[in-house]
Amino acid sequence: MTADAERPALAVRGLGIAYETHHYSETAVEDVSFDVGAGRIVAVVGESGSGKTTIARAAVGLLPATARVAEGSGIAIDGIEVVGAPEPVLQAMRGSVVGFVPQDPGRSLHPLKRIGAQIGEVLLEHRICAKGEVDERVEALLTRVGIDEPATRARQFPHEFSGGMLQRVLIAIAIAGRPALVVADEPTSALDVTVQAQVLALLEEIVEQDGVSVLLITHDLELAAAHADDVVVLHDGRLVEQGPTARFFEAPSTDYTRTLLAASPKLAPRPPRPGGDGPPILTVEDVRRDIRLGGWGRSRVFSAVDGVSFALGAGRTVALVGESGAGKTSLARLALGLERPTDGRVVFDGVDVARLDRAGRRALRRATHLVSQHPAASFDPRWSVEQVIAEPLRNAGHERSAITARVRELLDQVGLSATALRKGALELSGGQQQRVAIARAIGLRPRLVVCDEPTSALDVTVQARIIALLRELQDETGVSYLFISHDLAVVSELADEIVVLRRGRVVEAGRAHDVLTAPREAYTRALIAAVPGGQRPSAVNAPR
Amino acid sequence: MTRRARRADRARRHAPRPLGARIGLGLSLLVLAVAVVAALFPGLVAPHDPYEIFQGHNLEAPSGAHLFGTDNLGRDLFSRVVHGAHVSLVAALVALGISFTGGTLLGLLSGSGGRVVDATLMRATDLMMSIPSLMLSLAVVAALGFGTINVAIAVGVAGIAAVTRLMRSSVLVVARSAYVEAAALSGASRTSALVRHVLPNAFTPVAAYVALDFGASIIAISSLSFLGLGVKPPQPEWGSLVAEGRSFLDTAWWLTTLPGLVVTAVVVAANGVFLYFQGATRAAA
Repeated sequence: MTADAERPALAVRGLGIAYETHHYSETAVEDVSFDVGAGRIVAVVGESGSGKTTIARAAVGLLPATARVAEGSGIAIDGIEVVGAPEPVLQAMRGSVVGFVPQDPGRSLHPLKRIGAQIGEVLLEHRICAKGEVDERVEALLTRVGIDEPATRARQFPHEFSGGMLQRVLIAIAIAGRPALVVADEPTSALDVTVQAQVLALLEEIVEQDGVSVLLITHDLELAAAHADDVVVLHDGRLVEQGPTARFFEAPSTDYTRTLLAASPKLAPRPPRPGGDGPPILTVEDVRRDIRLGGWGRSRVFSAVDGVSFALGAGRTVALVGESGAGKTSLARLALGLERPTDGRVVFDGVDVARLDRAGRRALRRATHLVSQHPAASFDPRWSVEQVIAEPLRNAGHERSAITARVRELLDQVGLSATALRKGALELSGGQQQRVAIARAIGLRPRLVVCDEPTSALDVTVQARIIALLRELQDETGVSYLFISHDLAVVSELADEIVVLRRGRVVEAGRAHDVLTAPREAYTRALIAAVPGGQRPSAVNAPR
Repeated sequence: MTRRARRADRARRHAPRPLGARIGLGLSLLVLAVAVVAALFPGLVAPHDPYEIFQGHNLEAPSGAHLFGTDNLGRDLFSRVVHGAHVSLVAALVALGISFTGGTLLGLLSGSGGRVVDATLMRATDLMMSIPSLMLSLAVVAALGFGTINVAIAVGVAGIAAVTRLMRSSVLVVARSAYVEAAALSGASRTSALVRHVLPNAFTPVAAYVALDFGASIIAISSLSFLGLGVKPPQPEWGSLVAEGRSFLDTAWWLTTLPGLVVTAVVVAANGVFLYFQGATRAAA
């Protein structure tokens, strides 16, 4: 139940955790101590590999079998020691003393069980209420997390819920046993920004009204700034800094924190750049793309893209912005000629992409390329970095010696050392992989590169470097970018023009500076407001 | 993939498999190695000439002088089994070569070709798989005529359908992957993407099946030889040795049992190797 004022909901003392296999032992967390006070939200912030997820898992007693907790470590939840506790004790605690909200709501519920039954399971497991009262309690919980028509919703299956609704259900499951502490591991990173804001607001409300404490694990500094009371910064398994959120952002005391803060993208539109008056290199004219859904007599037509038009000038960047289902990726595929529009035209360099002959198609392949969200998936798993980067050059019929020279030049251009050449493309880190993907994309000096969420799988510091690299390459080579992102803060650092999409239609389009500073449509305003930290004065006022 | 996940992945891939699995693999490889040496250099392993008749020593039980005993004519059974390995294993390899070359190419064609090609090939494999493979082999032998090579071809042809199926499903997965699309965006033609990316990556799961099919081929070839469709006597072959010993089941058990055990050991060893590598690919996937 609720903790005393003086007893913290979570006390971590000298925590050290290492992962051990036969071959090596690797320290994931070292000597970390912090408290989560009753009724507070504490954000644990760090990049991948910083140990934040390991701490979350340790708190709920779900470390993998290879993890070893160091001597003298202590984790107490509501005064009960978790480290070394036998499994039955931990099992009794989960759901009643500590609740867990996972990262990906779509994968965390049983797909074949009704929502109500999955919430009821917790209630029955911990004997929180009698069998006859379960339905009533489930409906109360669903109402509590802001789901309308709880009686109907409880009888539905997970696939009938949206991602945000599912996360609400998981929060309901986490708080069903009235725990002292809720551990939320990246609870919103799989959700759209506007939904993200709603889910976090719900968590805050629950903290306020029920006195629950929250351990919020996140990679997103701005999100922590907007929602947490205290912040704990981790780097390579060590605690770098901790303190109240306000002090942390106004006066960070360590270099690492300052680097993190500087790298995290702010909603700061670049001042308009001159140029862009020449003939456009890519024009999308009133394009519609229909997809037929379902068979067996129930088929219906769904327009993934519906009447979209925009133009992209040489050497410039147009950003397509929107939440999932907005039609961004469909537009990327249409622009690259991977799909044909049902209606309308995509014109690249004066020619309709859908009407190309063999030679024209080959020319289009040389003049365009793609940088995708998951570079690893776009590399042949058997190939080395050199082979990956050389592929477009080889297909274009370049000489072997010219290819070798050009690959080295490209590697240098994207800031990778020549030692990477012989490595398997999948052995590199996420940021390095994205650099390899960019090197491959610009190898033939294309005129258009489509970037489909190129940074959303990367850490903020890596993200900042990739964005800088993309800008640099544009200045050097005059390439045009069709930049696709759900993240307005990232977009604001690159785009000359922004097209805001929603459900396949254009909501608003215009110069990036105008759209970001003076949005005309309510939806655009909602998107901007939902960017974590977007409301912070330092972020928005600067460019005005 | 995050750094941590990648490390964990690497650790898993290089983690030593359990001791039992490694002992099993060692034994399997040992049995196969002995079989291969026997097939390549039967003279080194066999103590006697397989056709030499020891007068007055017919139907002797296994002993120090004759490890597997002697047959009704007084020939040393162990030497005959060793020399039989050559015929049996070469025939099995020919069969494997036919089923895997044919199956891989047809599977690639089926998985990457148009709808009509795919449907035609798949219905053809349905047809082939609806006939018991031994019956199919018998029909092919009947058409080609008797003899070891014809038996091997028959077994190989009967095995094409299964490999085609496996390869096709693997090709479908790989062909839809992001890296094949990336190759297309890099200007690769359909053919070059197929040869460079789809074929090598799709073949990996098929390769693990080779070991399993090796054992099955040995059994199929021995079965056909047992029925008298393979080698001509007095040439020894595993299946025909068992067939010859059949008339002495009640008086000389070793004539059927020992060659049978040899076949079993080799097949089990081949399966053991398959299981080990299947486990390894699954851990890596």
